[in-house]
Amino acid sequence: MKKLILSTAALAVTAGFAMADNHGKTVRLGTEGAYAPWNFVNDAGEIDGFERELGDELCKRAEMTCEWVKNEWDSIIPNLVSGNYDAIIAGMSITDERDEVIDFTQPYTPPDPSAYLAMSTDVDPASAVVAAQATTIQAAFVAQQGWTLVEFPTPEETVAAVKSGEADAVLADKSFLDTMVGSDGLVMLERMEAIGGGVGMGFRESDADMRDMFDKAIQSMKDDGTLNELIAKWEVSSQF
Amino acid sequence: MFSYCTDPSTLEGFSWLSCYLTTGKHMGFYASFLTVIVLLLITAPVALMFGFAGAAAARSRFLPLSLLGKTYTAIVRGVPDIAFFMFFVIALDQAFEYLRHKVKCPDWSEPIRQGSDFVVCTQAKLPLSTSPQWMHEAYGFSLAVLTFAIVFGAFAANVLYGAMRAVPRAQLETAEAYGMNQRQTFWRILVPQMWIYALPGLSNLWMILVKATPLLFLLGVEDIVYWAKELGGLKTARFTEYPHGNWHAIYFFALLVFYLMLTSISERVFKRISRRLSHGQATAAGEAQRKAAQ
Repeated sequence: MKKLILSTAALAVTAGFAMADNHGKTVRLGTEGAYAPWNFVNDAGEIDGFERELGDELCKRAEMTCEWVKNEWDSIIPNLVSGNYDAIIAGMSITDERDEVIDFTQPYTPPDPSAYLAMSTDVDPASAVVAAQATTIQAAFVAQQGWTLVEFPTPEETVAAVKSGEADAVLADKSFLDTMVGSDGLVMLERMEAIGGGVGMGFRESDADMRDMFDKAIQSMKDDGTLNELIAKWEVSSQF
Repeated sequence: MFSYCTDPSTLEGFSWLSCYLTTGKHMGFYASFLTVIVLLLITAPVALMFGFAGAAAARSRFLPLSLLGKTYTAIVRGVPDIAFFMFFVIALDQAFEYLRHKVKCPDWSEPIRQGSDFVVCTQAKLPLSTSPQWMHEAYGFSLAVLTFAIVFGAFAANVLYGAMRAVPRAQLETAEAYGMNQRQTFWRILVPQMWIYALPGLSNLWMILVKATPLLFLLGVEDIVYWAKELGGLKTARFTEYPHGNWHAIYFFALLVFYLMLTSISERVFKRISRRLSHGQATAAGEAQRKAAQ
């Protein structure tokens, strides 16, 4: 009898959980906070940018409460896998290598070319020193080409390296470099590289349910056009 | 913060600066100084405790204990700090969660290791994923304290071990001649006298610890160097009401002043401690004190 009561209680509890599964569940979103216009820290000290707005909207559609967490780019995947937060939303391009460790949602921006920024337009990346942020698709690309690569932990340092002459050019997402063009004589090269497969949210491989929920939310934002509006507002990429 | 700060683009000079320096971001910067100081004040004594335990264990005549003490100092001193912070902390966190998982969810059937993922039941998460952000920060902070204490404790253990051996053997022999047993000799004669020999090494460790706090950001704790980097970076008008160029030099100069002040205060404190510890010691400084008092 006791067992029966217990199991009923357990059933009731699990049923309760199942119903309240989404509603009010807290999801912790990890981001870098140093990659305007994707994500950055605003004057009030809060995370802001395209992904902040996108993430908040996605959470609303998935009926979850979202909490924002800042984490260094270098350790952003290890800290997701070890459970410090539940999702990465940090301008992370979907690549096969990353896909082996974590799972991605469908892309929320289309694949866009990466661009170069240099002090003059006649720089040839193949024979120049190219700066890129460590563990990005751009760094992998430069290394693959066999060019001279210098890596930096933050996006801003890659640009600073070009200004100081440490590197001749920096390779990064075009939308990020757009915010830097013109400052201190930086110009964009005509050459672009088509690398990366769009930007998506990253989840632990064991969190398939949550990933599907966000996947659905992204789809609904694609369908009703709000995603394109957001992309246009923050000028992060081309539209769907 | 101030009422006139609503449109900073119209402000100039001092009023602009007063608004700029009181943004929420800058408040985070100021708070991080407090974080660093609190971390140092908690870590130092805990590390000293780890060091003392390590040194006492290494000196022990009981072989397993002595091996334990020596292994601790040898291994931890040999591992680079950054590796320790990247991997040890994650392992420590997972160890805690694993234990809680075993206690709280005995009926769990799925494997805990799924590929590269570490999956425990939601009740075993540390802190619970529903708990507010400050709990997560406090947890990260205490993990940081523990890790710093283990790392610096290993160095301190070596310093104290050396200091214990530097106490003149004659002192211990005299204690034995007075009929003190080993424990009494250790606590009454050896420990009070060893600090003067340990102090230079410990003060070095303290200085290194003061400068090691940027490692905190690996654990998600925002320290002063993180904020200086963030605040000093180029800010374009599109993303902030206070656009400015690259001000890293200014912010890092502020950090320099802070660190130099901290160093100078520490120097003074250590000098005072050293004077006090030298009192009545069989060292050159103790001898000089004795002569001056005559």
